[in-house]
Amino acid sequence: MPPVTTAPSPSALALRARFGDAVRRVEVSCGDTIVVVARERAHEMLDWLRAEPAQRFNFLVDVTAVEYRDRERPLEVVYQLWSLEHRAFLRVKIELDKQAPLVVDSVVDLWQGANWMEREVWDMFGVRFSGHPDLRRILMWENYSEGHPLRKDFPLRGRFSRAEQVRRALSNELEKHYSLEELSASDAAPYLPADLPQAAGRRPER
Amino acid sequence: MGATRTVTYELGTTGLDAQGNPVRTPLVAAEPAMDTDHMLVNIGPQHPATHGVLRLVVELDGEVVVRVIPHVGYLHSGFEKLGEYRHYNQIIPLTDRTDYLAAMSNNVCLAQAAEKLMGITITERCTVLRVIACEISRIISHCVWAGTTGIDIGAFTVFLWLFQERERLYNFIESWTGARMTTSVTRVGGLMCDIPDGWTQGLREWCGRFPKVLDEVETMLSRNAIWLGRNVDVGIISAEDAINCSLSGPMVRASGVPYDLRKDRPYLDYGTYDFDVPVGEHGDCYDRYLVRMEEMRQSTRIILQALDRLREGPINVADPKVILPPKTRAMGDMEAMIFHFKQVMEGVAAPIGEAYDAVEGPRGELGYYFVSDGTAKPVRWRIRPPAFINLAALPRMAEGHLLSDLIAINASVDIVMGEVDR
Repeated sequence: MPPVTTAPSPSALALRARFGDAVRRVEVSCGDTIVVVARERAHEMLDWLRAEPAQRFNFLVDVTAVEYRDRERPLEVVYQLWSLEHRAFLRVKIELDKQAPLVVDSVVDLWQGANWMEREVWDMFGVRFSGHPDLRRILMWENYSEGHPLRKDFPLRGRFSRAEQVRRALSNELEKHYSLEELSASDAAPYLPADLPQAAGRRPER
Repeated sequence: MGATRTVTYELGTTGLDAQGNPVRTPLVAAEPAMDTDHMLVNIGPQHPATHGVLRLVVELDGEVVVRVIPHVGYLHSGFEKLGEYRHYNQIIPLTDRTDYLAAMSNNVCLAQAAEKLMGITITERCTVLRVIACEISRIISHCVWAGTTGIDIGAFTVFLWLFQERERLYNFIESWTGARMTTSVTRVGGLMCDIPDGWTQGLREWCGRFPKVLDEVETMLSRNAIWLGRNVDVGIISAEDAINCSLSGPMVRASGVPYDLRKDRPYLDYGTYDFDVPVGEHGDCYDRYLVRMEEMRQSTRIILQALDRLREGPINVADPKVILPPKTRAMGDMEAMIFHFKQVMEGVAAPIGEAYDAVEGPRGELGYYFVSDGTAKPVRWRIRPPAFINLAALPRMAEGHLLSDLIAINASVDIVMGEVDR
């Protein structure tokens, strides 16, 4: 392994020169530069990083979020960027205060690829992406009502027993959660036995 | 669906009339009246052409796809959540189960990301063996891809030919790791075990034979009129769009972007191997097929070079804090037993920090992102799933094509639902 660099990437310095205080912090961890930016200007800064000829971070590798075990620490939304031309890597972070609503601007208008990644972050962490065209849950089902599983306050085994989870899933009103235009389950509702939700509720615990 | 209309089918033969002609009785049935010309078709989640539990809701105008809405998550297992409750080495069995067609790529990626976080430099023999592991899993995964894609499109023979080779490779993996699919071959700082005697010779012979099988497969497919008709100019995505959609692996290379982590961000010792990165021109299903076929040949080349440079030596780093002592010593030597106990009970603590490291998996950039707060269990383990991100571009590629092309395009994306849903 070559010696790990501790100098921040030149892109981080360029970002600071261009946006000043909107760059909150620059860190280096395991050789990768991390730029913590202000939420209000993050979209503008990511757009600049993507389009500026000297930077050209045109490949959005990943969008994810991190919540620390320390409850006081803010939740972070993480963008991993790669420049195909300059072969450079940069990690941009936005810190979100957990007491306030978790909202950041969507970057789907910059990278189409962010669509499902942001949906996953919403699903797993409950961070809303304003301006996202289709912010629905993606890995969990749409009427999942136990919260966001990757949050630290979510227990590993889920909030309820398996039997309770099944009961809740089956006793939901189907029509509420499926739209008619996507081959809805509500079409099937007239043909289902009338006592299905009650019958589901009576399932014996295993 | 409100209104219905009554349709009369001429069905059934109940007997013969006086002249001996069959008597047909009309069957009267009610059929829902469609108020638009469009039709909704649900494909999956239990459908062989969706390669797992993928559900596609497709809006059709006649036979033309107007809209595709993929629904994923049927196989969601919460691996990332489970990883937060495990030591770094205990996560390795989970990585087998994400992309189960290329488990060894995942094992290597996890070990690499954890080593980057902990600042561990692995041994030379371990590096070479990990390269071999990565390339074997690439060939296995591409064999499955070519075989199943052939079945989706109507060519059954290649499935049998390539699965035979895949079985032979699995025999090598089994004799190395003891398992065929869930290999768990790496450990942080090294490998679970060394290869058995005679293993390299067998693999070398296999590498000599395998290109001939690829030749046969290409003779079957590359100029086959049906194969061309089903693949050429189907599911085109331009280089610009492919980058914008964050596609990686054969998907982005078939569109003409030479983005390959083995060349662009070399890990292990890939920078020193002599191999080519195949790049397509048109970004259609046919180019993706050509790219994957050539990648299998190049992987064979890399394996042969790696076998040449494989020297005797330790596979694990000489650090008792990271690597378990041999079992015989742990049972007889006090110090070794203490290290054994501490590692099993407490795990290996990583320093505070975070690391993202990626390998070029068979499906693209497979990245693991670890955040550590200084304990033996990661605060966050994120898998950057190439299949998930490639699949997100399916609607864009399929809309405007025929329904049957949707199957071909979906096959060309090469998804593994275990990785998509994690």
